[in-house]
Amino acid sequence: MKYPFPVGKSDFIQGDEAIARAAILAGCRFYAGYPITPASEIFEAMALYMPLVDGVSIQMEDEIGSIAAIIGASWAGTKAMTATSGPGFSLMQENLGYAVMTETPIVVVNMMRGGPSTGQPTFPAQGDMMQAIWGTHGDHMLIVLSPSTVQETFELTIRAFNLAEKYRTPVVILGDAELAHMRERVYIPNPDEIEVVYRKLPANEEEAKLPFGDPHGDGVPPMPIFGKGYRTYVTGLTHDESGHPRTVEPEVHQKLIGRIFRKILGHKDEIISYETFELDDAEIAIVTTGIVSRSAIRAVKMLRERGVKAGLLKLNTIWPFDFGMIEELAERVRKIYVPEMNMGQLYHLVREGANGKAEVELISKIGGEVHTPMEIVKRVVG
Amino acid sequence: MRKEVLFSGFGGQGVILASVILGRAAAVYENLYAVQTQSYGPESRGGASRAEVVISDEPIDYPKAIAPDYAVFFSQEAYSKYLHTVKEGATVIVEKDLVPHRDPEFEKKLNVIALPLTEIAEETTGLSLTMNILTLGIFVGVTEIVGRESIEKAVRDAVPHGTEEINLRALRKGFELAEKLKP
Repeated sequence: MKYPFPVGKSDFIQGDEAIARAAILAGCRFYAGYPITPASEIFEAMALYMPLVDGVSIQMEDEIGSIAAIIGASWAGTKAMTATSGPGFSLMQENLGYAVMTETPIVVVNMMRGGPSTGQPTFPAQGDMMQAIWGTHGDHMLIVLSPSTVQETFELTIRAFNLAEKYRTPVVILGDAELAHMRERVYIPNPDEIEVVYRKLPANEEEAKLPFGDPHGDGVPPMPIFGKGYRTYVTGLTHDESGHPRTVEPEVHQKLIGRIFRKILGHKDEIISYETFELDDAEIAIVTTGIVSRSAIRAVKMLRERGVKAGLLKLNTIWPFDFGMIEELAERVRKIYVPEMNMGQLYHLVREGANGKAEVELISKIGGEVHTPMEIVKRVVG
Repeated sequence: MRKEVLFSGFGGQGVILASVILGRAAAVYENLYAVQTQSYGPESRGGASRAEVVISDEPIDYPKAIAPDYAVFFSQEAYSKYLHTVKEGATVIVEKDLVPHRDPEFEKKLNVIALPLTEIAEETTGLSLTMNILTLGIFVGVTEIVGRESIEKAVRDAVPHGTEEINLRALRKGFELAEKLKP
């Protein structure tokens, strides 16, 4: 396989470009999108690369069509992705729920900008965290990843495809306008250096007849491919194991939604990833995700220089959320600070996790600039 | 060794391209860590344009410039807005003809190189738009933040095909000017 970009070496590229290259290395061969700042460069790269890897990149009429197209492509057996920003992500919510309900592996990228509405197209924000988790209606479960560097953006994109395939679920990557356009050194690995996961296919006719069953007990049904010989029914209505609508029996709904939750939450230790910095002996914890984590790392260094025992917990996954880990952290620190580029979203999850064991304080910043390290330091030292 | 570089001017002057080339030279050809960020409005030409490059020999946490060690000003607006954010002792390059109103008192604390960059670019290559590359040549020649060979390779990678030689001519003119400017 020849790739349309250099592999096995470092390059100096934008976060958007890193997402496109990672997607291709992860096996993505279908992209559907609608241009929007600051995610358009993902589309531009996909439009350039896809024909060179026998893939398809298509511009749809809007973001509703874009996510619908990748759901269809995924059922046809192709790894598929779309990318957008806040306004487009709002439009995608209905079909994001459809992907949850039909257990369709897709990757949806949202490079966040200031909102609500069209807001600040060229400026970064983190205002869509709750929307990524809870934006679609009904009881649903999905995975949300959140990178902080261009290298992490690359790596988490590959991981997003692997998780989507492994758990037959939509995965959302939440980046931001800063990361989208920031250029950094990124190591683009050779294909044999990365793990690439493909969905389970039905092993036999029995399994193929139950595309929403649980033959392996892991909550993840094998997924048949459209046009490969099996009659498969796919619907957003509550359905039984064969996929046929069964909308009036409580136990059918309970069983289906219960399994969709279980297949993610039952594997949450494998799904959730985070990093710590100077946290072992910390009395003050800073909990962050995404681009702000970088300001927080610097802030921790500055606080340590001033004799304040500060440490950082950086979340690479924001859903599912490890509430228990936050409670354990709250038990051993005096106070937790949550800097984020919104009016307070991650803060609420952290406060729920802390469960009153430590005070939790929000360091909110909106308007389009990442917190400076000094802004965090000043709030901690008062 | 964290070094912060600010490039500023207006859209269309190649402010962002210059920053990308410098970052690429550091990250790809010098094996250093580099982060390039930019901020501009929705308009692609004429609006204020600002780009930053942070270069370090260790992983870069906070990706933005806090107090630039080096700065380039291609417009009066950029000069007036950002001059006072640079570090004391910073090396600063100013497009003399586009920045008529200067702050001589503040400049005393800096190492200032003020030249008619657009005019020199035009004389060197016949194209005023090579001014950004000429400036990179002066910048690298004076600061030696990356090697000349690395910046030449990065220029070749980043400029449109067919314009490599003309851009390298501008770059080398910058090196030449830097030799004369060195203390």
